Amino acid sequence: MPKDSGIGAASKRREDVRFLTGAGNYTDDINIYGQAYVYFLRSDVAHGKINSIDTSAAAEMPGVVRIFTGADFEGVGGLPCGWQVTDRHGQPMQEPAHPVLAQGKVRHVGDPIAAVVADSLQEARDAAEAIELDIEELPAVVNMKAALQEGAPKVHDDLTSNLCYDWGFVEDNKAAVDEAIKNAAHVTTLELVNNRLVANPMEPRVAVGDYSRANDESTLYTTSQNPHVIRLLMGAFVLGIPEHKLRVVAPDVGGGFGTKIFHYAEEAFCTFAAKKCNRPVKWTASRSEAFMSDAHGRDHVTKIELALDADNNFTAIRTETYANMGAYLSTFAPSVPTWLHGTLMAGNYRTPLIYVNVKAVFTNTVPVDAYRGAGRPEATYQLERVVDKAARELGVDPIALRRQNFISEFPYATPVAVEYDTGNYFATMDKLEEVADLAGFEARRKASEASGKLRGLGVNCYIEACGIAPSNLVGQLGARAGLYDAATVRVNATGTISVMVGAHSHGQGHETAFPQVVADMLGIDESMIEIVHGDSSKIPFGMGTYGSRSLAVCGSAMVKATEKIIKKAKKIASHLLEASEADIEVKDGKFTVAGTDKSVAWGDVTLAAYVPHNYPLEDIEPGLEETAFYDPSNFTYPSGAYCCEVELDPDTGKVTIERFAAADDFGNVVNPMIVEGQVHGGIAQGIGQALLENCVYDDEGQLLSASYMDYAMPRADDVPFYVVDHSCQTPCTHNPLGVKGCGEAGAIGSPPAVVNAVIDAIQSGGKNVLHIDMPLSPQRVWAAMQD
Amino acid sequence: MYAFDFEQPKTIAEAVAALADDEAQPLSGGQTLIPTLKQRLAMPSKLVSLTAIPEMKGVCMNGNTLCIGGATPHAVVAAEASAYPALAALASNIGDPAVRNRGTIGGSIANNDPAACYPSAALASGATIVTNSREIAADDYFQGLFQTALEEGEIVTEVRFPVPQAANYQKFVQPASRFALVGVFVAKYADGVRVAVTGASNDGVFRWTEAEAALSANFSPSALDGLSVSADGMIGDLHGTPEYRAHLIGVMTKRAVAAAS
Ligand SMILES: Cc1cc2nc3c(=O)[nH]c(=O)nc-3n(C[C@H](O)[C@H](O)[C@H](O)COP(=O)(O)OP(=O)(O)OC[C@H]3O[C@@H](n4cnc5c(N)ncnc54)[C@H](O)[C@@H]3O)c2cc1C
Repeated sequence: MPKDSGIGAASKRREDVRFLTGAGNYTDDINIYGQAYVYFLRSDVAHGKINSIDTSAAAEMPGVVRIFTGADFEGVGGLPCGWQVTDRHGQPMQEPAHPVLAQGKVRHVGDPIAAVVADSLQEARDAAEAIELDIEELPAVVNMKAALQEGAPKVHDDLTSNLCYDWGFVEDNKAAVDEAIKNAAHVTTLELVNNRLVANPMEPRVAVGDYSRANDESTLYTTSQNPHVIRLLMGAFVLGIPEHKLRVVAPDVGGGFGTKIFHYAEEAFCTFAAKKCNRPVKWTASRSEAFMSDAHGRDHVTKIELALDADNNFTAIRTETYANMGAYLSTFAPSVPTWLHGTLMAGNYRTPLIYVNVKAVFTNTVPVDAYRGAGRPEATYQLERVVDKAARELGVDPIALRRQNFISEFPYATPVAVEYDTGNYFATMDKLEEVADLAGFEARRKASEASGKLRGLGVNCYIEACGIAPSNLVGQLGARAGLYDAATVRVNATGTISVMVGAHSHGQGHETAFPQVVADMLGIDESMIEIVHGDSSKIPFGMGTYGSRSLAVCGSAMVKATEKIIKKAKKIASHLLEASEADIEVKDGKFTVAGTDKSVAWGDVTLAAYVPHNYPLEDIEPGLEETAFYDPSNFTYPSGAYCCEVELDPDTGKVTIERFAAADDFGNVVNPMIVEGQVHGGIAQGIGQALLENCVYDDEGQLLSASYMDYAMPRADDVPFYVVDHSCQTPCTHNPLGVKGCGEAGAIGSPPAVVNAVIDAIQSGGKNVLHIDMPLSPQRVWAAMQD
Repeated sequence: MYAFDFEQPKTIAEAVAALADDEAQPLSGGQTLIPTLKQRLAMPSKLVSLTAIPEMKGVCMNGNTLCIGGATPHAVVAAEASAYPALAALASNIGDPAVRNRGTIGGSIANNDPAACYPSAALASGATIVTNSREIAADDYFQGLFQTALEEGEIVTEVRFPVPQAANYQKFVQPASRFALVGVFVAKYADGVRVAVTGASNDGVFRWTEAEAALSANFSPSALDGLSVSADGMIGDLHGTPEYRAHLIGVMTKRAVAAAS
């Protein structure tokens, strides 16, 4: 029986009421009396030397408050990078300066050069047009391999080259991997591109800076997934504002997908300018600006080799990846192709030897950073594609080849430094075969063929690592932050509860799911509990939401804090009931003396805490509020098996997705409806990457896919009805909820399933096409079929 | 946007007068013009709205000719042009509901986007483009990318479509914009078949005369066997090479004929 409240219930998303009725409070809804508007003048060339910027005429234009250029930020820090990668030779990565406004050079189309603050946006834009720029265009580097050639133009003149780092993982495995590949019975090699994507959350980025002379306090309202991280980075590294004088608020945020993790120039600018101008300063990105200033995702070029022995056991994997960093290092960019990618290369398989090499490269393009999945989709894609190709080359069933090589015993230490605590890959594959109705495929293929179409089936597995942790480990890996989280449970006198959480909800449904957990623990109604998030002045601390970490990490902190509440409440109850504390049980919103019918209601206990007339004041303090920080001991490892069925029109190359099934193991599930929604959204984004989305620059560094006229977002009719199952549950062994995280799985697991299916469809038509790079647009598929 | 004046006349004559000003520009559904203004790519001093002029709105039959007012939105054509089902179907597949409720046939024909749908219907139907001052045959009206026979200040007030015996429009969408990557409109009249292609050519909408001759002799898909369009002069962009577009013209034409016959 499905539960109707608490953990496991499909409680309706309470936040949707305000989102769907226009009552949400987004950053752009925040308007402060007297606010001015900023317009950023951005580079229209990919690479250029700034000879001069003349703002004198512009400064005289109507409504102009002040015009800023790079020179105004000379005494100010640049945007910091939050992760330092050490290369194969033990050297730190090359880390260029990232000024708030360009200084000396512009390095990508969209790089901000000047900022005009004016009474209205219209006036700011008019004045920006009157700024006289003398920029000497320089040759640009766009292609990563070209950027690494001798004599290539340098994105940063003060670095030795465009190579950010050359990372080897695990370097000590390299010789053994080379040897195993040399001696293998079969080696399957695949070169592929993981296409550059633009995250495109529905809400573009917005920042409002405010400054109070009364208490010398700065406030930034911003579209962020992690307001505390922004407070730390911007306060400590960029503007030098002490944390107690800086408040960062991320109210309702209309989608993040990773691109709102990072600290951006516009945030620092608005905070800085509000103080300089003594006026609130607001910026709202246009969609065109979003395309050229939001951090992009993916953009890897990879060669992977899979070695097998004569019995088709995987013996070694060797990969070489070029990872585009863009023109500057975005906040967590260096970690994505390394620690979030290399550590996942074992996938679901018992491959004993793995070596991953990653060259991160600067180019004259928008910075690239984490996007839903971040490194894990790139790992999964290459692995699951090469396994499929190997099956085809060897003439074996791709599912059987996978099963043969599955990891079957847990915990399992991979050769790429992580230990999977739990999982059951056979169970998810069995479930997938059932829910995807693989048995019926041949009949469906015949039906497609009868109507002149080809039909293909693609299956793959994935493993994910969520809730990246523990802090002392990630510190060794180069993270310049801890990766714990925090929660305060504040029980009010009447028994209602506010839970201040460090996680930030920007679509994930925390406001519904988190109360389910607390309600379950206390046996009270969910509606009595409310989540507070997104305001550094209201919540204890928090590292925010990304990497599918919120429930596993912040939810665990909330559980710890709630346990402290229960402990104290039991003390109060035992006093009220004149019983021993050890005999008190919490159930159905009551504290009962075990084995008796003596009880006291939740509300009586909470009232006593705040009106402590009859209260053990000599033992405990009044009040009922507890905080906990939680630092996980390991990642969590969700896994699953996905299946995509496509139909292909051989005359046009057009692919349509006919069926899509997912069998995921997320450990315990708090709200199955929200989990399914997350998987749906993730799969839609994965299908977008596989079939539609592509961020393309020309050789001069001009962004060709700069609007929705050329950047193809998936629409409702591009995706099928999904069959999603999460009944295979191997609970996480090391967090109190046994949860693993489900936010990114769909985006990680789906691209290889789609591509595998299309290749299968083409093969069924008799053409020996073994690979097509994403997106599998009609033209690419058609062209591949002509060769 | 830059600041501009705005007028909303009630008659064609008033609109023409309002457009006599320097730098005045007609505004119909605004689905093309407003985004252009937002990007500051145009700087008209005055916009003259055409959407409150009753004589420019609506769909009616005159003998065997379907007449559509220049300011008629696509959604109205989709709903009311049942006398010419292929045209109604074309209108119902332009953009999304918001675009169809605002965007107009006059705006589309005046803009003559090389990937727009209506130009192919007008050309394949041998339509007459009626303006405030004259009538222009479709064959003379479309003059290349975003180029038409319209003079400065001249407005499309009506488009007249002779209703064919059979017709069909096949649109292969560009994945991002969902405009036509290649669109083919085939219309069969008593005196012959006309085939117009949009989305494909660097010269904008054009007639595929070889296919017309073959189909006039034998209106069936097999009549097109062996015919192909050269990739020379076809558009090449992120979404399709010239070769791909040339190939799609053949496929879409066959499908249009199959659907029409
Ligand atoms: C998201 C989206 C998707 C679209 N998809 C498609 C599609 O699939 N197929 C397609 O064909 N089109 C598509 N369009 C374009 C749409 O059909 C527009 O409506 C059309 O191109 C312009 O019509 P309008 O009435 O909006 O004209 P406006 O934008 O108002 O004007 C366009 C131009 O024509 C001029 N003009 C307007 N009316 C007249 C007139 N009567 N006489 C003279 N000049 C005039 C204006 O001055 C302006 O230069 C799409 C548009 C959008 C925004």
